[in-house]
Amino acid sequence: MAGATRPGSRPVSPHLTIWRWHITMLSSILHRLSGIALYGAAIGFAFWLMAAAAGPETFAKVQTVLNAWYGQAALYLIVAASAYHLANGIRHLVFDTGAGLEPADADTSAWFAVLFAIAAPIGLWALVTFGA
Amino acid sequence: MSAPKNAMRTPLGKVRHHGAGKEGTGHFIATRATSVALALLLPWFIVTAALSLRTGYLGAIDFLTTPVNAVGVILLVAIGFYHMSLGMQEVVLDYIERPLSKALLLLLNAFVPLALGVGAVFAVLIVNFGV
Repeated sequence: MAGATRPGSRPVSPHLTIWRWHITMLSSILHRLSGIALYGAAIGFAFWLMAAAAGPETFAKVQTVLNAWYGQAALYLIVAASAYHLANGIRHLVFDTGAGLEPADADTSAWFAVLFAIAAPIGLWALVTFGA
Repeated sequence: MSAPKNAMRTPLGKVRHHGAGKEGTGHFIATRATSVALALLLPWFIVTAALSLRTGYLGAIDFLTTPVNAVGVILLVAIGFYHMSLGMQEVVLDYIERPLSKALLLLLNAFVPLALGVGAVFAVLIVNFGV
C-alpha cells in the first residue's frame, strides 16, 4: 500500500514455509511461471516474424539461434509451457463454472495438466520425427 | 466506530480508500474470452508449424504466405499479446508494491505488447504483399 507502514502486531498471511507442498499449489505457481515464460516466447515470436519480413540475411541470424542447442531446448520448453498453460487454463475455465473444485478433483486435474505438459512436447517430437 | 485491534485494513488505507476498486469484471471476462480463442489458436499453430514449417528463410515465407496460416498467425499475435498483457498486469499488481516501480512496469506492459504486436502483424503483411 502506498506509503503505509505496517505495525508489527498486524496479522500476516500463513507463512510460505509452513506449507506442505501439494499438487494444486504447484499447479498455481506453474501457471504463472509458464505464463511469464510464454510472454518471453511471444516476444521472440514477434522478432521471428519481423526477421522474416526484413529479409534472408536477418532471418539467417535468427535461424542460427533457433538451430543451436539452446534454441532447440528453448523451443522444446516453449511447447511444454504452452501445453501446461493450455491444460491448466482449461482447468481454470472449468473452475469458473463452479465444477471440479473438490480437493480430490482439483488434485486429479492438476496432475493431468502437469503430465500433459510432459507428454505434449514428447508427442509432438514423435509426430514430427516418425511422420504423420 | 472503532476498528477491531487486528483488522486487516489500516487506518491510512481507510482514509485513502484503498481496497476493492469496484471494477475488474471487464478484465476477468477479457482474460477468459481471449483464453478460449487461444485454446484453439495456439495448438493449431504449434501442430501446423511443427508439421509444415520448413527451416530457413524460404520455409518461413512459404508458411506465412499460405492464406490460412497468415490469418491464423495474425489472430494468434493479436489475441495472444492482449491476453499476455492482461496476465502480466495481474502479476505486477500482485507482486510489485512500490508505486513508482508498479507504474513503470504497468506502462511497459501496456506499451511493449502493443508495439511488438503491431510490428508482428505488419511483418506478416509485408511478407504477403511485399514492400
